[in-house]
Amino acid sequence: MSKPTSASTGLFRYSLGVTLATLGLVCMGGLVTSKGVGMAVPDWPTSFGYNMFALPISTWKTGGIFDEHTHRIWASTVGLLVVFLTRWVGGAESRRTLASIGFIELTVGVGLLAFAGSNWRNEAHFLMGISAVVLLAAATPWGRSPSSSTAVRMAWMAFWTVQIQGSLGGLRVVLDQWTVAGTTGGILFGVAHGCLGQLFFALLVCLTFRLAPTWNSIRRPDAESYPKLLSRMACVLVLGQLLLGLLMRHQHAGLAIPDLPLAHGQIWPATDAASLERYSARRDGFEPITAFQIHIHMLHRLNAILTLAGVVAVFFKTRALPPETGARRMASVWFGLVCTQFTLGILTVLYDKPADIATAHVAVGSLSLSAGILTAWLCGRTNPVKAAEHVGKTSIPQMTTPAAVG
Amino acid sequence: MKNTLKFAASMAVVAATGASAAEITGKVKLNGEAPPAREITPIKADKMCGALHTKPVMTRTYVVGADKGLANVAVYIKAGLPAGKTYTAPATKPLIDQVGCVYEPLVSVAMVGQTIDIKNSDAFMHNVNCQAKVNKGFNFAQATAGQVNPKTFDKPELAVKLICNVHPWMSGYVHVFDHPFFAVTDKDGNFSISGDLPDGKYTVEANHLKSGVVTGEVEVKGGKATLSLELAVK
Repeated sequence: MSKPTSASTGLFRYSLGVTLATLGLVCMGGLVTSKGVGMAVPDWPTSFGYNMFALPISTWKTGGIFDEHTHRIWASTVGLLVVFLTRWVGGAESRRTLASIGFIELTVGVGLLAFAGSNWRNEAHFLMGISAVVLLAAATPWGRSPSSSTAVRMAWMAFWTVQIQGSLGGLRVVLDQWTVAGTTGGILFGVAHGCLGQLFFALLVCLTFRLAPTWNSIRRPDAESYPKLLSRMACVLVLGQLLLGLLMRHQHAGLAIPDLPLAHGQIWPATDAASLERYSARRDGFEPITAFQIHIHMLHRLNAILTLAGVVAVFFKTRALPPETGARRMASVWFGLVCTQFTLGILTVLYDKPADIATAHVAVGSLSLSAGILTAWLCGRTNPVKAAEHVGKTSIPQMTTPAAVG
Repeated sequence: MKNTLKFAASMAVVAATGASAAEITGKVKLNGEAPPAREITPIKADKMCGALHTKPVMTRTYVVGADKGLANVAVYIKAGLPAGKTYTAPATKPLIDQVGCVYEPLVSVAMVGQTIDIKNSDAFMHNVNCQAKVNKGFNFAQATAGQVNPKTFDKPELAVKLICNVHPWMSGYVHVFDHPFFAVTDKDGNFSISGDLPDGKYTVEANHLKSGVVTGEVEVKGGKATLSLELAVK
């Protein structure tokens, strides 16, 4: 096995940095929702009419504005970092594509400014700002070859995802009051924004693992004993759990049921009008508990048990694998994370959903999804022919073939 | 003779319109023991808001005054008004103030088309996020002390919620009606609905954000009526 080059180690470290910054961003987003301050800054892409980078510090420091505005600035920074990550992973070949995208974004921005009137001025400036970053990345004269085709594909996915994610965050603010089928734009785009954020983070985790100098030393599956299907199913359960969690958070259903392990003293709480009135009477505030909140909350609890069972099954199934397999180690990490997540979920209910515990619940949820996807990926890498193709394309250390490792 | 003619003329006008200045007064009481108010701890935790209070700020789920009178109850005519009659919005402007990071009053009432002044009395930013379901919502920022934004609602809607996301514990409610016969109970649960209300029978509803609604029948005779209503702790 060849030694990792300093460039590939540097790229790995940069990718790790971007991933950690994204984890911070996920936490910040979780905190914004936990505190209910998502609409503290009512406009976007401006903040109170200012260019978001020029908001006076005194305003930024006020109450929930601090959380929401910091989330925006942090997100913009992650966006910038991801553009350069794409450039670095994509090598010199990415310059032309980035230049084209940057040019198109600049043209649309200038077009908006020229023809769409003053109402679109802020959006035009925002788009032109993004185009400037993309064009700057294209102009950066790094001449290195692209990373493996898998890593390049992932980096481009991250590039597009971060732009869609930013737009969803903006639409969540701008279309907050818009209603479709009885649901507000705030909920629709908020859930989509939360979900894509978790997937985006998992994508970056996978990319960073793919760029890790140790990746090539990870033993590939060489037997059917790898729980491919089981790990994928458990991943789907985790993803479903995250979706249910997001729905709960945005529907304020986190405290619709305040007791554990029973729910309002029952196994599955009744949701007739009299029962709902009784549940609502038990809590402070004027908002009544709805049947939808009860059902979503119960589904989240039920799926938590299924998810835990699924991950425990993967954990035990991978125990039989050789220690040097990444799948075994990653399944252990996944198991640890899901157990932590389960505990945080219980604490969230028992301690009346404090913002710090609820946010930790979101962060560990993201890590669990990432660990799950990685485990499933490591269990599913069964094609040694493809592996050989990767060896030919990549500039990072040569991949050790399964036979050589085995 | 001249005075007699004047009186006859005014009586004729009243008879023709079928309306006169009338008043329904009464009290809304709470039946049961209200849970104790709780301190809104985030206010204390917030540097800017906490500095504006010397005493703990308490929740206002049930504000009970003398003789079990319940405050912050919207009381309004639910039925009995002449069919098809339309009303002009009063010229008075109810004030919803954000002071000390709390909405004052907690409950406001207004008529469709009536201007409501929304004010920020604090020396820092609040945003007013109106979460109307029937009416069109809005969300705007009030950056400076003394800023007032006039707002109106186009349709009747009960308990339109206003929140401040900058200080997420802050919320206020507005009940919007298509007639001007409404009131909010004072700290002792007393209310007074007055206006151009003809004698007759009416259904009056009391609406508390936590306790729900209760209705009562009342007959206005000679422009006067009294009514007592009771809401239960929920």
